[in-house]
Amino acid sequence: MVRVVDARTVLESADVARALTRIAHEVLEQNKGSDRLVVLGIPTRGVSLAERLARRLGEIEGTPVPHGCLDVTMYRDDLRRAPLRPVGSTALPEGGIDDRTVVLVDDVLYSGRTIRAALDALIDLGRPRAVRLAVLVDRGHRELPIRADHVGKNLPTSRAERVMVRLVEVDGEPDSVTIAPGPTLAGSPS
Amino acid sequence: MSHDSLLLSGAAWFGPDGTARAGDVLIQAGRISEVGRVAAPSGTERVDADGLVLLPGFVDLHTHLREPGREDAETIASGSRAAAAGGFTAVLAMANTSPVTDTGEAAERVLDLGRLAGLVDVVPVGAVTKDLAGAELAELALMHRSRARVTVFSDDGRCVGDPRVMRRALEYIRAFGGVISQHSQDPDLAGPQACCHEGELSGRLGLPGWPPVAEASIIARDVMLAEHTGSRVHVAHVSTAEGLDVVRWAKARGVAVTAEVTPHHLALGTELLASYDPVYKVNPPLRPTEHQEALREGLVDGTIDAVATDHAPHARHDKEHAFVDAAFGMLGLETAFAVVHDLLVRTGRMSWADLARVMSIAPARIASLGEHGRPIAVGEPANLVLVDPAAGLTVDRDSSQSLSRNNPWHARSFTGAVHLTILRGRPTAREGVPTAC
Amino acid sequence: MRRHLLSSADLSADEVRMLLATAAEMHEVQRREVKKLPTLRGRTVINLFFEDSTRTRSSFEIAGKWMSADTINITGKGSSASKGESLRDTVRTIDAMAVDCLIIRHMASGAAHQVAQWVDASVVNAGDGTHEHPTQALLDAYTMQRRMGDLAGRRIAIVGDLTHSRVFRSNAITLRTLGAEVVLVAPPTLLPSGIDSWARADGLELSAELDEVLASGPDAVMMLRVQRERMSGGFFPTPREYTVGFGLTRDRLRALADANPEAVICHPGPMNRGLEISADAADAARSLVLDQVSAGVAVRMAVLYHLLAAEEVAA
Repeated sequence: MVRVVDARTVLESADVARALTRIAHEVLEQNKGSDRLVVLGIPTRGVSLAERLARRLGEIEGTPVPHGCLDVTMYRDDLRRAPLRPVGSTALPEGGIDDRTVVLVDDVLYSGRTIRAALDALIDLGRPRAVRLAVLVDRGHRELPIRADHVGKNLPTSRAERVMVRLVEVDGEPDSVTIAPGPTLAGSPS
Repeated sequence: MSHDSLLLSGAAWFGPDGTARAGDVLIQAGRISEVGRVAAPSGTERVDADGLVLLPGFVDLHTHLREPGREDAETIASGSRAAAAGGFTAVLAMANTSPVTDTGEAAERVLDLGRLAGLVDVVPVGAVTKDLAGAELAELALMHRSRARVTVFSDDGRCVGDPRVMRRALEYIRAFGGVISQHSQDPDLAGPQACCHEGELSGRLGLPGWPPVAEASIIARDVMLAEHTGSRVHVAHVSTAEGLDVVRWAKARGVAVTAEVTPHHLALGTELLASYDPVYKVNPPLRPTEHQEALREGLVDGTIDAVATDHAPHARHDKEHAFVDAAFGMLGLETAFAVVHDLLVRTGRMSWADLARVMSIAPARIASLGEHGRPIAVGEPANLVLVDPAAGLTVDRDSSQSLSRNNPWHARSFTGAVHLTILRGRPTAREGVPTAC
Repeated sequence: MRRHLLSSADLSADEVRMLLATAAEMHEVQRREVKKLPTLRGRTVINLFFEDSTRTRSSFEIAGKWMSADTINITGKGSSASKGESLRDTVRTIDAMAVDCLIIRHMASGAAHQVAQWVDASVVNAGDGTHEHPTQALLDAYTMQRRMGDLAGRRIAIVGDLTHSRVFRSNAITLRTLGAEVVLVAPPTLLPSGIDSWARADGLELSAELDEVLASGPDAVMMLRVQRERMSGGFFPTPREYTVGFGLTRDRLRALADANPEAVICHPGPMNRGLEISADAADAARSLVLDQVSAGVAVRMAVLYHLLAAEEVAA
């Protein structure tokens, strides 16, 4: 039996904007400014969020903050459990990540396995001074000892629910975060 | 258990003049003793032949029995079982064994092993040249003088390429009415690994090709040599429209030439090679549709005299190589009738009398077998086959009587099956299963 | 994704584009200090080469190693028929060692197709006789696409011994799949049998006049290697005559540049300098020969990724 329940919106466009602004301030506070900061987004929506975060950081500090993207596909531990995943691109900003503080950005933190893969990918690319993690939503259910440094919203969910993030750059519709019944599909953000 | 007499009740057959006949056929002491409405003596085995067709037992001009030398692939006994199951009462056993049948002693051994098996008359073919090497004539007359009375000579598997050797051989055998069955393929017109019909598919597959001209040019040379020497040449497994045209031309000219075609060249096409499955590797290669159609036409119009199987068993491991390295050849004895019947008789292109001609009468005449391919009439030897034109047959390579499994017809279905094979009055196979002997 | 890569015809345009996109990412990895990806950790890739090919074998080997697969080379000397063991027995023996992927190079056309019927592992055709060499076609397409952009509508000439070339067969398929115009140039004795109907069916252009084709301003000219054994096989009278008719000489290099200043030159290697390609052409700025070699590893990493880094598909 399938019970049809409408998706519940938990963050709207303005909430997403506020969350990013708050995260930007937290990052700057912890890093004591934007010196040697690099913001790297995890495809797909993490990349857009990283761009927005870097822009905000630059606006606040008055100096551009380098950003890029970090594809983790080839580091995942679940490749053999899903159909073929297209490989995304990795682009580090000029200057790389050696001795920088890298802020990894993703949309949803769930099992922690994507972040584990991201940490491995990062280590293959250089030796950052420190790595921080910023996520728009933390929905719990961690399977690895991984914790976000900066969270837009903590969202208690059941495993049976699906968290969907929509961003205007990627999806062509206003920013939102919704919860819907039904399990997270393989390959969707976790 | 053996019966002295056998009654085929309610069979249909064809008289010597080709007219359809029906009735009972009584067989006693190896011969047909009565036809019409027959009251069988007591102790007669009675076979209900209602709806079945009685034909003279099939004669295969072209069988490889592999013994001596490759008894893992086939023996004279296992090949005889397959032949009986396929409705054959005589098979000509090709000479390319190990050692080669190139002496009278070797021929007698094949004859004796055939008699020992007792299911089909195994008639040895003698090599044209020693060890099939194409250089020196084998002991042709000694083979003919032996108990085996060899009259058909062939280096099959190889072409007698040297025109001088072919000329001498033809001249030599004329004295005793022999015939040379030539594997018509000029080896100098293709690479050493040629294994596919030369055409678009061989180009795409990257397989070295046999061009049709390699066959036609040898046939052309041989018919001219036959004319020049006044001797007889038989074209083994003609496979191309071009080769067939040369035969047609030579016959019109009055040359003593005969030709055979295999069921696989009639019914299977080059396109099967796209799978690179070596079961379809055969020499000459399977040809495209237009050649198959020309061959069917040639068989129907009499240009081609006979159907011959080129039954060529191979051990599994000899076929499990890369395509160019795998052995040439495919099984054919058990399926020949079903293929020809389904393709040409059931479709109305050939009559039952035509089928009897191409599978029994003509091959028996070409091989000078006086006791085979005879009319169904009182006094004639009872070398017969009873076929069921309505029976369905789905080929299962694993239920073959052959020791080998290189069966290109596996899983194909045909209408028409051999019901009973009779050699000198004795049943040798019933519904595909040989009788114990 | 599919389980095997046996023929270039196996790949749809979308699949080729996806493979080339993956190859581009893999090419980036090659520029890193740490070139190792953990993607194929714990997987075993066997290079089973019945025919020598240092170039192809080492490029598959490096591709496997950079993706953390255990890569083992097995050399089959001569055809298995000559050893007495059947090809099926040879490959099933290897397959029984729980191998994930067999990269097979064989001197017989169709060998990879046959092997794929016999084993559980994924099979990659690394060149089978005079049939196909699909990863070579992918790397050629990749190299040309990097220099020229999308290959759709581009005019590419393939010149030389087409009869015996698996590179030609795979390239003709992949280039047509990507929408390129393909023109074939060869002496009549080195045109594969049935090429007329084949070319018609596949939309390939045929020519016996290299100068005319060069004057038409092709975007790329792919010169095929002339094997030494062809020279004594009666396919053409002398190497000199071949070069005059079908070699990319200094004069022809100039003619090509005049007709299309952007035109590039490819050669799958190893080159017979002075026979099918002059030193000037081989070393010209428009020559992609070294780019082809460098792309080899990236393309083969992409192929391994596509075959081995997803859930098993039913056989």
